[in-house]
This record gives sequence, C-alpha cells and structure tokens, in this order.
Amino acid sequence: MDKLKQVFGGDTRQFGMIFALVALILFFQWWTGGLTLKADNVINIFQGNAYILVLAIGMVLVIIAGHIDLSVGSVAAAVGISVAMAIRDWSLPWPVAILFGLGVGALIGAWQGFWVAYVGIPAFIVTLAGMLIFRGLNQYIGKSNTVPVPEGFQKIGAGYLPEVGPNTDYNNLTLLLGFAIVAAIIFGTFRTRRNQAKIGATVEPMLVTLLRLGLISAAILAAMALMASGRPGTSMPLSGIILAVLVIIYGFISTRTVVGRHIYAVGGNRHAAELSGVKTKKIDFLVMMNMSMLAALAGMMFVARSTSSGPFDGVGWELDAIAAVFIGGAAVSGGVGTVVGSMIGGLVMAVLNNGLQLKGIGADMTQIIKGLVLLTAVAFDVFQKSQGRPSLIGRLMRNKPQDVAAPAQTDLGREAPVDQVVRTES
Amino acid sequence: MADPDVILEMRDISKSFPGVKALQHVNFTVKRGEVHAICGENGAGKSTLMKVLSGVWPHGTYEGDIYYNGDLCTFKDIRASEHAGIVIIHQELALIPELSIAENMFIGNENAKSGVIDWVATNNKARELLARVGLREDPETPIKNIGVGKQQLVEIAKALNKDVQLLILDEPTAALNEEDSRHLLDLIRGLRSKGITCVIISHKLNEIEAIANSITIIRDGQTVETLDVDAGGVNEDRIIKGMVGRSLESRFPDHTPKIGEKFFEISGWTVQHPQVPDRLVCKNSSFFVRQGEIVGFAGLMGAGRTELMRSIFGHSYGNFVSGSMVLDGKPVKLDSVSKAIEAGIGYVTEDRKVLGLNLLDSVKTTTVSAELTKIASRLGVVDRHAEFVAAEDYRKQLRTKTPSVEYGVSKLSGGNQQKVVLAKWLFTDPELLILDEPTRGIDVGAKYEIYGIIQRLAESGKGVIVVSSELPELLGLSDRIYTICEGAITGCLDKREANQESLMRLMTTTTAKSA
Repeated sequence: MDKLKQVFGGDTRQFGMIFALVALILFFQWWTGGLTLKADNVINIFQGNAYILVLAIGMVLVIIAGHIDLSVGSVAAAVGISVAMAIRDWSLPWPVAILFGLGVGALIGAWQGFWVAYVGIPAFIVTLAGMLIFRGLNQYIGKSNTVPVPEGFQKIGAGYLPEVGPNTDYNNLTLLLGFAIVAAIIFGTFRTRRNQAKIGATVEPMLVTLLRLGLISAAILAAMALMASGRPGTSMPLSGIILAVLVIIYGFISTRTVVGRHIYAVGGNRHAAELSGVKTKKIDFLVMMNMSMLAALAGMMFVARSTSSGPFDGVGWELDAIAAVFIGGAAVSGGVGTVVGSMIGGLVMAVLNNGLQLKGIGADMTQIIKGLVLLTAVAFDVFQKSQGRPSLIGRLMRNKPQDVAAPAQTDLGREAPVDQVVRTES
Repeated sequence: MADPDVILEMRDISKSFPGVKALQHVNFTVKRGEVHAICGENGAGKSTLMKVLSGVWPHGTYEGDIYYNGDLCTFKDIRASEHAGIVIIHQELALIPELSIAENMFIGNENAKSGVIDWVATNNKARELLARVGLREDPETPIKNIGVGKQQLVEIAKALNKDVQLLILDEPTAALNEEDSRHLLDLIRGLRSKGITCVIISHKLNEIEAIANSITIIRDGQTVETLDVDAGGVNEDRIIKGMVGRSLESRFPDHTPKIGEKFFEISGWTVQHPQVPDRLVCKNSSFFVRQGEIVGFAGLMGAGRTELMRSIFGHSYGNFVSGSMVLDGKPVKLDSVSKAIEAGIGYVTEDRKVLGLNLLDSVKTTTVSAELTKIASRLGVVDRHAEFVAAEDYRKQLRTKTPSVEYGVSKLSGGNQQKVVLAKWLFTDPELLILDEPTRGIDVGAKYEIYGIIQRLAESGKGVIVVSSELPELLGLSDRIYTICEGAITGCLDKREANQESLMRLMTTTTAKSA
C-alpha cells in the first residue's frame, strides 16, 4: 500500500495533479460518449491550446519571481501583425520572419523589464499599460485589418509531422517520437537512481520506479498512438512539438540551472536573495523579457493556425495563462510553482473547454464553470494551508521532494515566540 | 492598600512564552505624578512588561495582579487600558503617513455625528491639543511632511485627547536628534507638572538621569531594584551596575586564539540613511580585523551596528558617502553583494526568517544558495550530485538536526535554521565572516555549538566579526570589542580590559573617547 502511494505521491508529486487530469478526461470521455479521446479531438486539443500553454511557461516563471504579466495577449497580437506585415510588404522569407517576430518580442520584453526591474514600477501596472499600448500598436500597424500569412508560415501553428516510411495505418514519425521519449525517460530515471546510490542519497524502491515508469510509458505511448491513428496527413501537430521542446528546456532551466534557482530565490524571499548575492533586478528583467518573447512565439503560432493576423487576436489570453499557472499550484506570493504543473493546469482548462464544447454547452456556462474550477482549485489550496496542513496542490506540484510525512519531528512552534519576545524589545 | 500616592502597582507579574520566561515575579510601583524610568539590557523584558500593562497581552495570559488607582485591573485589550487613562506610545510610531495631523490624532476616535465627520470641530480640537504640546503646525498638514520629533509630539497630543493619566513612552528619543530630544524631555517635565504620570523606557542613561524621579531596573525578566533618584546618589555608573550585574554564566568551548596579520580594514566609513539623506547611520567609522581574530561589536539597539555591517557587505544598506576598504593589502571597492561574496566576505543576517532564509527552500538548496556557481558548470547548470555532497558535508560538520538535507528549512528549530544559514556562508569559504546576532532566539545548547563553529572558523585563520546585544556573549567570544553609539565607533577594548561596565559606558557615550 505504501509502495502504491509512492508511485502516485512519493517523490514525484506531479502524479497527484495528473491524476486529477486523468479523472477529468475519463469523465468527459464517458459524458461525451467517447468523443473526447477520438484522435482528431486529441489533436485538436493540442493544436488549439499550444499557444496558451506556451504563454503559461513564461507566466509561471514571472509568477514564481513574484510578478504578473497582463500584456501577453496584446504583445502576441502586436508581434503577429508585425510578422504578417513584414512577410507581405517586405517579402521577408517566413523563417526570417519568425526570427524577426522573436526579435520584436525581445524588444517589447526589454521595454517592460526595464520599467519593472530598473524603475521599480509594479509589473501589474507596467503590463496593464503594455496591454493597452500593444493592443493599440496591433491595430495601428495593421490599420485594424486582417493580414494573411503564407502557407509555409502556417506550418508552425497548423502543421503535422509528415507521413514517411512504410504504410502502417499509423503516422510512423509520431510513433517513433513516442518510443524515443519513453526511452529517454527510462534512461534518465535509471541514471538518476545510479547517481543517488553513488552519493548515498535515499533511493526509492525499484518496484516503485518500475511501476511509475510503466504508467508513464503506457500513457505516452497511448497518446502518441492515438494521434498517429488520425486521418492520413494529420498526426502529432508541430505546435505540440514546439511546446514539448519548450517544456523540456524551461523545465530544465527552472530546476537545474543557476538562473532557475535565482528566480525561485527572488520570489521566495527577495531580501534574503539580495543578501545572498543574487542580482534581483537582473532576474526581474530576464523573466519579464522572456515572457514577452514567449508571447511573441505564441502570437505567431496562433497567426499560423488561423492563417492570418487580426485586430482581436489574443484577447483574454493573459487570463487563461494565469489561470493555468495557478491551477498548476503556483502561489500568488511567489516562490512556488513549476513548469510542468502549469502545463497540467493548462490542460485541465483545455480539456474542460473542449469537453463542454463537445456537449454543446454555450460560452456562457463554459466561462462560469471555468471560473468556478479556478476558484475551487486555489481555495482548496488556501484552505489546506490555513489548516496548517501542507498545501495539497503546492505539495503535489513541488518539484523538490520534501518529507511531508514527519512534519512534527522538529519543534516548529517552539522557537517562533522566542523571536517575538526578543523583537518586542527593539 | 489604596495608597493615594500610588497610581500603579504591578504585583508579582510573570509572563512566559513557550520555551522562555519573559517575566518572572516582577514588581513595579509607580507614584502619582512622577517620571519613572525602566532600564535594562535588550531583551530584559521591559517592553513585555509594558505590553502586559497596556493590555496588548490581555488579562489571563499572564500571572500576577495590576492595581491602577487602587483598583484591580483586568484589561482585555488596548482600548480597555486607554479607557482607564493608560496610553502607550511605541517606539515605532503608529501614524499613517498620508493622513493629516488631525486625521491621525482622531483616528478610531473620530469627531462624528452618525458617521459624518465634523472637520471644523476636529481641526479646532487638534489645534488646541497641539498647542498643549507646543507644536505649531497646521492640523491639516500631512503627517509625512513633519519630522520624527514632531510626529512624536503628535502622538503625545493624541494621548492627551484620551485624558491620559499614565503615559508610557517606549524609547521616545531613539530616533530623535539632540534638539528634538531636549524639547521632548521638556514636554515630559511639563506634563509632570500638570499631574500626568510618565513611564519612560530608554537606553539613553544621561536622559534618564536628567528626567526621572525613580528608576526600576529589570534584568533577565526580573526586577533588580528600584532607585530613588530624588533621594540622590544615583548616577550613570550606578544604573549600569544594576543593568549588567549578571555573571558570565554562558559557557564557551575552549579556544586558544591564533591571531595573525591585519588583513581587513575600513577607514572613514560614512553612510546615509536610505530615506533620510541628512541622517548619517555610520559616521566616519574605522576599524580593522586580523586573521584568526574574533572581533566583537557592541552597541544598543539602533546604534547602527547592523547598518555598518550591511554597508560593508556590498553597500547593501543606505547610501554610501565616503570611506575606504583595504582587503589583503589592496584597496577594494565592493559596491554589490556579489562582489563582496567574491572578495571573500560573508554576512549572516540578524533576522534569519526575514533576511536570511527562503523558507520555501530545503536544507540542501539553502546551503548552496549564496555561491551556486561553485557547483555549477560554466553554462550555469547546477550539479545536483555536488550539491547533495556539499549539503551533507555541512550537515555532518555542523551537526544540523534534520531528517535529511531534502527537508524544508521552515520546519527546523531556530538553532538548526541558524546552522543552515551558517552552512550557507561557510560554503562560500569566506575570508571574513560577519555574524549579526548569531544566537538570537536559540536555546543554550545550540548557542554553545554555534560558538564552537565560530571559534573553529577563527582557528582556521579567518577573520570573524560578531555583532551581539548580549554582552556576556561578546566578552566570552571576542578577542577585541568595538563599541558603537549613534552611528559612531566610540571605543575599542581588548579582551583583557573589557567588562560589562566598561562596554556599557562606551555604548552609551555619544562622544568618542579612547579607552
């Protein structure tokens, strides 16, 4: 029984949240009579939400650092129109246009980062201003018109892995990708186990590892097989691959690099970080700038999918991205959150959206339900914390394994009042 | 019992917090119409006593009885004590900067009819009260536009409005310059002549000597004695003797200092307050540290010890004005924390929960957080293997009690949290480690271990600076002790010539003199 707990909880607590996502998927699968897990629908969910998930990657870093970014939708729209116009009017080849778009995103990010980090204006205000400025810029540049983009460019939003090799009724590349991912995960897990054993850290039981690996592998292979079985020509969407690559890169940056640690440090305790030599302003600047670059990418992916850039692209995206991050276990006060958690939070919203749509439920009810889900998820988190119990979602999403089983071992309450006594004398 | 000359009698007051006895059987009697001072070291229990009196700690949370005007009092909150005419003015003024003088004076006590404030009556009443404290300011001036000294007067005027009989002032002159202090003391004399009794907590012994009729000395949560100033024979020396009369009871591990060459020196160090440019928090300070030496810094709260140390540590406090720093014979300019760390300076902050720790972190991530680059590749990828090894190494070295290095620091006890903070700085391998109140709020056993860690660091040839409010700790630990008063270094005593009396004298002297 304990072992089973370890498989789902134990060290990698992402599993708890994944569990909620799986339950949601199964519920809709049953409610929609099997429509949810049809190949086309799964592909559609990925393709239709990839850009929100890209935003959520940047947003979680911003929120971990203790800020917020309300301008992402407008930035995405401003970059989208700039790229579409650059391709049409300056005949920029589309790969160059993508680089151009990222450059514009970086410039916008530097602008916002400057105000937040070096002038010290709260990000809420800076990006609220940015929301207006860049929405206006989108309509000014495009004269409120819709500008189409060429077919090559559309690939990054609407493309799929091509059909190659023998006819197997499946998309071969998608299948291969699935096998490659599973192999990489298995290899990585065993390497970590070997390292842990070498340095004398606690290693989880082999049975737990094997069970968990089995579950992950089965889920990934099933998802890939599902997408590979779509209509010929449709399979794993390219936007999904872009997203996966970003998740891997940013997941690595946030947990394994000096910059990542510094982002958590700044959000967790800015003063302590500063007095530990962290260049807090530089971190603020970087997360804001990075957010706008990812917003630029999301904007281009959306334009590619909808084949043109319009004046109302990206309206309300910031709210979807922020909701995904908080459902994914981030804390409003900063310092807590994970990239993978935000992806799951985003997928919860996406599946919810999609399932309600499949049932023909109107936009009115959909919004009400989504709002309630966000509120419930965070309220549950807050409730858990106020009860003195470790926050469930926070606990589930913390990448760092922590011993939650024995919180009473050291005397937590004992020291605090002593400090208080001393402080009263100051 | 109803002696009409006694306004307040606190009998046998005891108050404990989990793990510590803040007050033990304290007796405190105040005569009607006198100025009564309370003296004691930092942490002696002065403020706790006043909080018991004013109802911050309500009846039932302490033992003992309070008699006020002959009646037994059971205040359940501050409003109840204020209603009885007891008003406390805290050191940190409780004023709202954006509101006007009058608004601040009547906050929570508005001059209103069915919720609508009568501004004419309010401002008139405010003007009248301000006149009584000798403050000529328009009541509609925003409070942030007047100086701290005048703000203090506003607080007193506010108290007068509540028909105060017993006014308690907690360190009223700590933030004031000499002229404002003099004015405030004159005002207190004036209140006394009008029959208002004052209790004043202060570290400035010369002021106490000048104004108080009686002095009660508190040490380690117990009343030591009450001195009658009017009867004569009381001077600063007498007060100091009462305040520090404790023996060196804390034990220290054996340690033979091996003091080498001078390797760190600052001179003419001058720093402005970050918000108030004309206030200097460090005044032309100079000192040096030798290899293997433990240098103590003594000073009362607010003397500028922390400000000086943080300013040395990469200019992390205030606006640097002038001064030079020499490290290993070379002049250096360390204007950021990362440069200071790189140059080999570490700083263990005084308030570990606010400034020292990210409470969301684990023991492991905290240990390496001040010098991540040491365990990261050139591209900035953290080597988790090296991280774990380093954290384990320091856990064993410092004997930190934690289930594992993956454990969250928020769940450790104060002593073990402090060890993790120490580990974080030892990990940076500093040449000079500054420790600000390294044993505050931790128990005796952990203190002993931390003293041992500090001594071992010095034995390995590093320089150590210890800032502490506990004089016995400084005397037991340091090879040399500097004293600071009001931002200036007022003396430097060798271990042999230092004792609590000589230190306390230098800590309360405003003009520098060599000892």
